[in-house]
Amino acid sequence: MIPNRSLTSQARPGNPAVVAPVSTGSTTGEFCGHCGEAYDGGDAPPSYAHRQCEVLLQLEPPRYCTACGRRMKVQVTPIGWSAECSRHGVLAS
Amino acid sequence: MTIQAHPATASHAILETARRQVLEDGIGLTEAQLVEILQLPDEALPAALQLAHEVRLKHCGEDVEVEGIISIKTGGCPEDCHFCSQSGLFDSPVRGVWLDIPELVKAAKETAATGATEFCIVAAVRGPDIKLMNQIKFAIDRINEEVDINIACSLGMLTQRQVDQLAEWGVHRYNHNLETARSYFPEVVTTHSYEERLETCAMVKAAGMELCCGALIGMGETLEQRAELAAQLAALEPHEVPLNFLNPRPGTPLENQGIMDGKDALRAIAAFRLAMPRTVLRYAGGRELTLGDLGTREGLLGGINAVIVGNYLTTLGRPATADLNLLVELNMPIRELQKTL
Repeated sequence: MIPNRSLTSQARPGNPAVVAPVSTGSTTGEFCGHCGEAYDGGDAPPSYAHRQCEVLLQLEPPRYCTACGRRMKVQVTPIGWSAECSRHGVLAS
Repeated sequence: MTIQAHPATASHAILETARRQVLEDGIGLTEAQLVEILQLPDEALPAALQLAHEVRLKHCGEDVEVEGIISIKTGGCPEDCHFCSQSGLFDSPVRGVWLDIPELVKAAKETAATGATEFCIVAAVRGPDIKLMNQIKFAIDRINEEVDINIACSLGMLTQRQVDQLAEWGVHRYNHNLETARSYFPEVVTTHSYEERLETCAMVKAAGMELCCGALIGMGETLEQRAELAAQLAALEPHEVPLNFLNPRPGTPLENQGIMDGKDALRAIAAFRLAMPRTVLRYAGGRELTLGDLGTREGLLGGINAVIVGNYLTTLGRPATADLNLLVELNMPIRELQKTL
């Protein structure tokens, strides 16, 4: 099962790049959270090419923002993780 | 994965030798004997695991040590350990990030709440600089103020002064892995030497900290080299050996290395226990991929007596509750906290 994810807003003073967060989960948006490549127009994400990525995302946090494909800053703790996109905010387990 | 006992296993001479030498006399197997363990056929594996479990119970006891680990500084490491997604030399998706102290303390509290007695702070560095050492000192003080847990560190190669500082600050245990056999090390790391790793390990022990010195298997080493590694670790007499199984990371030189066979992993667990009958042998990274749920159980009944609970440094582990429930089911109590330093 893919870990439950929720968004937490982390707008910071002096960081205008951070806007209201949108989902950067692995199965929403236009990019794969594991490899950062664009979804390739399958019926619904994840398309076939990214099914293996979805499997791998059960054992690791997303590294790429699914909204824009940017590499995220990811912090893993013993019982959770958070991933921050400079444009789309923070995603947390 | 299901391992069926087989009556013919009693005929394997190495297991009979190990029963006398390791179980009864408490003397670890030699490198040559370990090769024989690692070459045992599948039908002999249940007997090997059973023997390793008996050795663990006799020489270590029934309790299991639980630990949480966390990265205070992720990514951007100048070293080229070929398995590591945190090397700044590879095209890895892992970005550099520092954890702030309040988050570190929060994680220590969460770890302690699982029943863990060890909390290991890890940094992806060749060795700590003054900034990192200051951060570590501050973190140790804050955690000690708020959390009842032993603090371990893993900060790469140390100077004597840094060893002395960490010991003075109350660091309970220091992790510095050998990772692989001396003969295979140059295939995996070129930016520092095996001897440099050994030097840090020796200083840690001399300073009175417990040495945690682990292995990462499944990187393409031969069975002979796996036995060589176990023997080299045994010679160091570490307090703890974390046993990692390669999880091939994207962008690293080992990204296309296959995941090692689960039965080979279990043979390695038995071999490491039979090499080091009194050492804390900990399940560490990669077991979810290599062994899965059933293999995790078999390892705990095959020589393992410690686990990393929850997630690892950059990848996710089994939910903490899954391991803790398994320990209850196996009637293995969690080791209680003992502040030894």
